[in-house]
Parts: sequence; C-alpha cells; structure tokens
Amino acid sequence: MKNCEYQQIDPQALPTPTPTPQPHHGNDTEKKKEPRRPRRKWEVFPGKNRFYCDGRIIVARQSGVLPLTLGLILVTSGLFFIFDCPFLVKHLTSCIPVIGGVLFVFVLITLLQTSFTDPGILPRATPDEAADIEKQIDNTGNTSYRPPPRTKEVLINQQVVKLKYCFTCKMFRPPRTSHCSLCDNCVERFDHHCPWVGNCVGKRNYRFFYTFIVSLSFLTAFIFGCVTTHLALRAQGGKGLVFALQESPGRYPLVICFFSVWSILGLSGFHTYLVASNLTTNEDIKGSWSGKSGEDVTNPYSHKNIFINCCSVLCAPMPPSLIDRRGFLPADESAQTGSADIELPTLAAKSEINVVGAAFALQKSPSPVETSLPAVAPTQHLSAACC
Amino acid sequence: ATPTHLLLCSSKVFIQRHYSSGTICKFQTKFPSELESRIDEQQFEETIQTLNNLYAEAEKLGGKSYLEGCLASLTAYTIFLCMETHYEKVLKKIARYIKDQNEKIYAPRGLLLTDPIERGLRVVEITIFEDRSIGSGR
Repeated sequence: MKNCEYQQIDPQALPTPTPTPQPHHGNDTEKKKEPRRPRRKWEVFPGKNRFYCDGRIIVARQSGVLPLTLGLILVTSGLFFIFDCPFLVKHLTSCIPVIGGVLFVFVLITLLQTSFTDPGILPRATPDEAADIEKQIDNTGNTSYRPPPRTKEVLINQQVVKLKYCFTCKMFRPPRTSHCSLCDNCVERFDHHCPWVGNCVGKRNYRFFYTFIVSLSFLTAFIFGCVTTHLALRAQGGKGLVFALQESPGRYPLVICFFSVWSILGLSGFHTYLVASNLTTNEDIKGSWSGKSGEDVTNPYSHKNIFINCCSVLCAPMPPSLIDRRGFLPADESAQTGSADIELPTLAAKSEINVVGAAFALQKSPSPVETSLPAVAPTQHLSAACC
Repeated sequence: ATPTHLLLCSSKVFIQRHYSSGTICKFQTKFPSELESRIDEQQFEETIQTLNNLYAEAEKLGGKSYLEGCLASLTAYTIFLCMETHYEKVLKKIARYIKDQNEKIYAPRGLLLTDPIERGLRVVEITIFEDRSIGSGR
C-alpha cells in the first residue's frame, strides 16, 4: 500500500513551516513554533550506549572492568618506571625506559581507541524500511497460521549463508553481523563484547583491539623481563634473592605481570590465528565454518592466503561510522513517522528537496491546472478516493 | 505563471544489498516494478552499477590502502584523528554523484535518491513523488 498522506504545500512558503491545518500533527505544530535547540542524533540513539564530548566518544552502557584494566596498566607501569628503571638505567642501558615508555603509550592509546570507537554499529531500520521488509516476508506465500520464516539464504563465494532477521533493529542482518544484547545494537563483523575494554569489538575497532593486546603482550613481557633482571642483579649484589624481593616495591609489577602475561599472550596468539584465517571469535565459538555438522563448509570470507587475510583485517580502509552521532536531527522530529511530503517544508534547505520542488514547479507551470480552486474540499475528496 | 499549491503523495522503493561477493557494499541491480513507468531500466542499472563501483573503490584492498594501514598502525592509529581516510574521500565523491544524478535525471522524473550512508549503507531508498493536484487525472 502506498503511503498517501496529503499535504498542501505552498511553494512560496517552502522555507517556513506551513500553518495550514495538518490533521496528522494535531496540536504539536503550535508547540514547535518556539525556537528549539537543534538536537544531535546521539541524543535519541536507541541502543544502550553512553556518549561524551557531544557525541564524539561512544561507550557501552556498562563500562565493565575498563577502570580496572586502566588501573592495572597504570599502576604496574608506574611502579616499573619509578622503582625498576633507575636501577636498570644505572646498571644496564638507558634504552629501557624509552622502550617501556613507547610500549606504554601505545597500549594506552589503543586501549582508549578500542573503548571509545564505534565498533561498527548498524543503525536501526527506518519505519518505512521495516514495513517494506515485512511486506516482502509476508509475500512469500505463507498462508498457514505459523509465522513466516525470518531467515534469508544468500550465496557467498559458493557457500550458503543464512541471514537472520533482527527483531530489535527490524532488518535482516548482513553477513557476519550480530546483535549484542549488552549494547542492544547490531554490530558489523561482530567479534565479541569485551568487558575489559567496556565495548563491543567489531569491524571498526578490531584493529585497535588487536594492536592493544599485542602491544600489551610486549609491554607485560618487557616489564616482566626487566623486573626479573633487576631482582637478579640485586640478588647478585650480595644479599640474596629473598632480601632483594623484600627490599624493592618493584616486585609488585613482577607479580601482576607473572599472572597476566600468560593469558594476554594466549589471547594474542588466539587472535593472530583468527586474523590469519579471517575469522571472528563469534564464528570460531559457534563453529560456523568448521564443518562440525558434517557438511562441506569453508569460510567464504577468507582470501585463502594468510598475508592477504591479515592485510584485509588490519590494513583495510577504515570504514566510516554509520550512526552519524553528531549529525543534527531534522527540525521536524516526527519526520521518522511521516512520509517525505511531511518533511518537505522543513527540509527545504536541502538541495535535493529544493530541486524536486523546483522540478515540480517547472512541471506545473505549463499545465492548465492553476490551483485557484479552493484546496480544502478537493483534498478531502482525493484522500477519500486514494486510501 | 507560478503554481500556488502542490499536492504530493509519495511512496518508497528500497534497493537492498547484494551479498554474493561477501560483505562488501554492493546493491542489487534488479529493476523494481514500481519504477517501470518512471525511468529506463538501463538508466537505473547504470546508476546502481556506478554506485557499486564507487563503493568497491572505497573498500579496495591494494598497495595504497595497505600502506595507509601500516603507517596508521605505527602511529597507534592516531593519524585517523587528523587525516581524512580514503573511504571518507570516496564517500564525498558518492554524495556528489548522487546529488548530480538527482538533479539531472531523477528529480525531473519525480524521483529522489537518498544517499545510502544516511540509511546505514543498508538500502538505496528511492522516493517516488506523485503529483495529485486537481485535474492531473491520475
């Protein structure tokens, strides 16, 4: 069914909202007359995210253990720089704090980027799109009382992939997209929701995440090595290892690093494997391409070459954020529910609408239909005829 | 003589994504029946095909993008804060192309293309305007 909502539009009055009766707006039009601060799209974002710096920074609603991650890194590195570096600079080389410093800065920057970047959130379908999809699903000829199937099969590189319908976002999810229940968003190339960074890891921030865990592995191993060297040198100094351990607070980084280096190294190794085979954690856990069910399945997204896989995951062009957090909402906020002819008076500033308006004006002028007739009665007549 | 009133009724057609080549951004070139009375099939296909080519250019993996990616990783990706990425440059090109197509081809036929980036790269939304003014006899 067409969305036939009629509205009288006076081309001369296009820049300002028309004051003629608009039955579908009711009393709202009068309220909107007073000047309103233009709102940005992040203020009405439907997912469970929080925004800072006027939409520049996005985080999940639950920050997870991000403060703990930051705290551990800062405290461990701080203790290392304060207690171990002076000794090692004196006895070994001054390169040590330099290397440590570079790694530390790398780790911090990539951690913050992973946490504060949009992971690849897909904006929810507009009501018109959702209605169009519903219409297509119902048209599949299912006449029984059971609801029609909400999956679609596509062929990707000769591999059958099932696309599922997302009831929250009202659209069929693209391949490799998954809906994160913690953030209530569909995320493209969804890897996992990482509580340590307090955000989902997806298409846009995977490279930051990977760089973070790899550089963190190096930093942890480096601190571990340096502190061990420091304590060994002190122990050699004559008084024994136990005294050296008791004496220096530099032993705390050792403990923290000892427990964390294995898990971080393991995680880096696991993700290196995923990058080389162009898999996501989500697919690996579900066994989507491992052929468990006995079918002959291969990963259709892999380029069959480790080098190309790595490059395509880590060095591909950075995709844009699709949610346009800092864009302004149209002045008429109920534009979401209406059709384009309602948007027409308020979005007249946009060049496309002006062109359309002008095009129609041009089309109209040679026509004999000069609307000197009163418009109200014919409108009612036409609307009855159409719908 | 300037018209005094317009009565517009609109409907929308959505061109969905085509996933046979994987997750790259590509739209279906199948001609929707609602546009049959408005525009040539060939013209429509040309528009969609050009859009697909532009998106392929944005996402292309090649020497230049690898270099950009490697350099970016060496700076801990901080250059993304100050530099416009290759993808963003092509998106601007796409926006100009769509504006151009709307002005020259689609608006004169009462159609309006919406830039897919405003719909999360999910669909190409085409709004069909119908002139329902008195006497136009539709």
